[in-house]
Amino acid sequence: MLSWIDTLLQGVLLGGLYALFAMGQALIFGVMRLTNTAHGDFIILAAFAGFSLALSTGMTAAAAPWVAMALLLPIAFAAGYGLQRFVLNDTLGRDPLPSLVVTFGLAIVIQNVLQEVYSADPRSIESGGFDTASIALSNGLAVGTLPLLIFCIAVAMAVGMQWLFDRTPIGRAFRAVSDDKDAAELMGLDHRHVYALATGIAFLLVAVAGTLYGMKTTVAPTDGPALLLFAFEAVIIGGMGSFYGTLVGGIVLGVTQAIGFRFDPGWGIWFGHIVFLTMLVFRPSGLFAKTR
Amino acid sequence: MTSAPQVSYSISRATHASRAGGAVAIALILLLATFPFWADSGWMRDFDEMACYLMFAMMWNLLAGYGGMVSIGQQAYLGLGGYGLLVMGNLWGFNPFFAVPVAALFAMLVALPVSRVAFRLQGGYFAIGTWVIAEVFRLSFANWSEVGGGSGTSLIALQGIPKATRQAATFWFSLVGAVASVALVYWFLRSRQGLAMLAIRDSEVASESQGVNVRATKLGVYLVAAFGAGLAGALYFLGNLRISPDAAFSVNWTAFTIFIVMIGGIGTIEGPIVGVVLFYLLNRFFSDYGTWYLVGLGLLAIVVTIKFPRGLWGYVAHRYDLHFFPVQRRLLLHEPPTK
Amino acid sequence: MLTVHNLKAFYGDFQALFGIDFEVSHNEVVAVIGANGAGKSTFLRTVCGLLKAPRDAVRFEDEPIGGLAPGLIVRRGIAMVPEGRRLFSSLSVEENLLMGAYARRPGPWSLASVYKLFPILEQKRLVPSPTLSGGQQQMVAIGRALMSNPKLLICDEISLGLAPIVVKEIYDALPAICADGMTVIVVEQDVGVAQRVSSRLYCLQEGRVSLTGRSAELTRDQVSKAYFGV
Repeated sequence: MLSWIDTLLQGVLLGGLYALFAMGQALIFGVMRLTNTAHGDFIILAAFAGFSLALSTGMTAAAAPWVAMALLLPIAFAAGYGLQRFVLNDTLGRDPLPSLVVTFGLAIVIQNVLQEVYSADPRSIESGGFDTASIALSNGLAVGTLPLLIFCIAVAMAVGMQWLFDRTPIGRAFRAVSDDKDAAELMGLDHRHVYALATGIAFLLVAVAGTLYGMKTTVAPTDGPALLLFAFEAVIIGGMGSFYGTLVGGIVLGVTQAIGFRFDPGWGIWFGHIVFLTMLVFRPSGLFAKTR
Repeated sequence: MTSAPQVSYSISRATHASRAGGAVAIALILLLATFPFWADSGWMRDFDEMACYLMFAMMWNLLAGYGGMVSIGQQAYLGLGGYGLLVMGNLWGFNPFFAVPVAALFAMLVALPVSRVAFRLQGGYFAIGTWVIAEVFRLSFANWSEVGGGSGTSLIALQGIPKATRQAATFWFSLVGAVASVALVYWFLRSRQGLAMLAIRDSEVASESQGVNVRATKLGVYLVAAFGAGLAGALYFLGNLRISPDAAFSVNWTAFTIFIVMIGGIGTIEGPIVGVVLFYLLNRFFSDYGTWYLVGLGLLAIVVTIKFPRGLWGYVAHRYDLHFFPVQRRLLLHEPPTK
Repeated sequence: MLTVHNLKAFYGDFQALFGIDFEVSHNEVVAVIGANGAGKSTFLRTVCGLLKAPRDAVRFEDEPIGGLAPGLIVRRGIAMVPEGRRLFSSLSVEENLLMGAYARRPGPWSLASVYKLFPILEQKRLVPSPTLSGGQQQMVAIGRALMSNPKLLICDEISLGLAPIVVKEIYDALPAICADGMTVIVVEQDVGVAQRVSSRLYCLQEGRVSLTGRSAELTRDQVSKAYFGV
């Protein structure tokens, strides 16, 4: 019984990580219907960038990752803004193909450049023991401090993003542009700029997700596609158009995988995929679908 | 009101280029057919591999360029074709050559229930959803010890056959497969179903109002594409003799195919052919550069998609109005006889 | 205030406008009428920057604005109430109005004054816009355009899909809109409404101006001929 609670707990915390991966994708898809197949690779890129930044700050292992993350944030925003404004905006339109092919090409470029720079060996961001610390709960249950922090950050992200969308002028602009781009132009919005802002913010989320992921586990240049699929599944299960939905979707996926791993390590991820596909058949709009 | 003048018309499809091209193509195919008698076995193996890419690319192009369904998961059927061959050959003792088309059929049959799930999604999410499905197959076969699990196994059913015979037979099968896939796509696009599909690609709503059964047509295209992918997979592993889940269901199949089709020219029949030739040449000369070669391919795909969306062939065809595989129908008006 | 001279417009190879001459002065209400496909919407789209026009063909306050981006044109003081309302469906009434203020210029229009003009909107301010009735949605669309404090307001087929009594209610608000010096161009298929609310009118037919004159002086017969091109 206790081990089941432990599995559930681990699953929920894992789900927090998946929700973290998914937030950026939910934002971009929500605003401009862009599917970024390089999303997972950007998370890995952020992890490696965090790794290098942490080393170069020369600080103690306990502080370095956080400083690295802070340094990474403005770089990530600029990169996201620039990428959207100068490359991806041109690929948007009725046809999904150009954006898919371009982001697919980006994925290949990122994976191979990382491989050149860092070799195929997995790396991890040193955090001075933070990644192994744990908090003991009653009855012999324990939760890792880092996974717990990741979960809390995921919740904070969901709350923050939903607040951004619902209560701020920029959020209004995002929703307006996603509803009717041409009518928004009539109001004086420059959709190229608004889209670029959205991607910039999404990349902030990616930077946070990547650095935390790099602290939690070792990353290799080719890990990207797997993360893309998890993020995608979390968004679909939760329902498009709601960041809380994405959070819940991530948790459902995490718990599903944890249960699957319990039965057989080889089937964990498989089980997650199956539950996702089942959701797709019986409830395609997701658990909390908000969008039209 | 004067009565409408009598106008007689006919619908023409052939172009000068297509007639000339047809002759050249037949000559080329006949030449290729003689390969096993004199060509190097390395050349034949290269051709086998490129023929598989051509089949896979033709099908992906049919699905995405004509059908409007962009899939990143077609490797699912390629892998199913390969593993179908393995199961029939190794476990059930079938003649592997006979098993090839059956494996393709098997892939097509699996596509039927899969489509019920995949078609829930549209656009970009359809693309990633199909990738998830391919992953499900990969993980399933990786956990099936009977076929070698994660590390795969060899196709032992061909062990009794002398090498030269095996290579020749595989080569001819690949040649037939490649020609058949091109012919199949060409025939399909010239048919009523093909016209319906082009209409759907342009506007689903409009074509539905004209009586086109959108669902059935899209399903038909998806099934045909699955068959072709399965055929490519079965033929590839027939020649490769060794199969593993990572090789059979690798997303790299689709990645390279996207490159081939986009650079060759999407939405044309000549495009993937041009793309495969280019891909082969690039491979020959640059694959030694390893990761930088792949970076180059990725960048090329990005640039071509943004700057030359019609691809190499599409640009030429558009500029010079050149069509070797004419699919468009042209209305020829005949002058009414003078009274 | 706005002058259009010899405006030609194309959709690809297809020519939609064949040399339109048009002008509207400060604080006037001018109507543009015509059948479907006559070119009314095309004309508006070129004025608002959604369709390319030669630089000098459209002049606003004596400055050429042809070919400028819609965002820049809004900032100069031209606001459009688009055909079919085009409200933002995931935004509430108030949020739609606030979007109109994205490129706001100084002036008398604000949430408070829009609510004074259309009190029902204040009651429904937090309601999602798709749940409103057609007439109320039209009010939101007009209010949204007003929020940018334009000098020239363009109304594209406001009466479309609305019951006559609702149309009357909306056009009854026109004098209040014009009270502070607003200039208005009204595009309508309903000739009666157009003649009633405007001081001058233009009739378009197949991309050309087929009739223009003072609304009160034009006869039904003249208008029918010009409208249908018979």
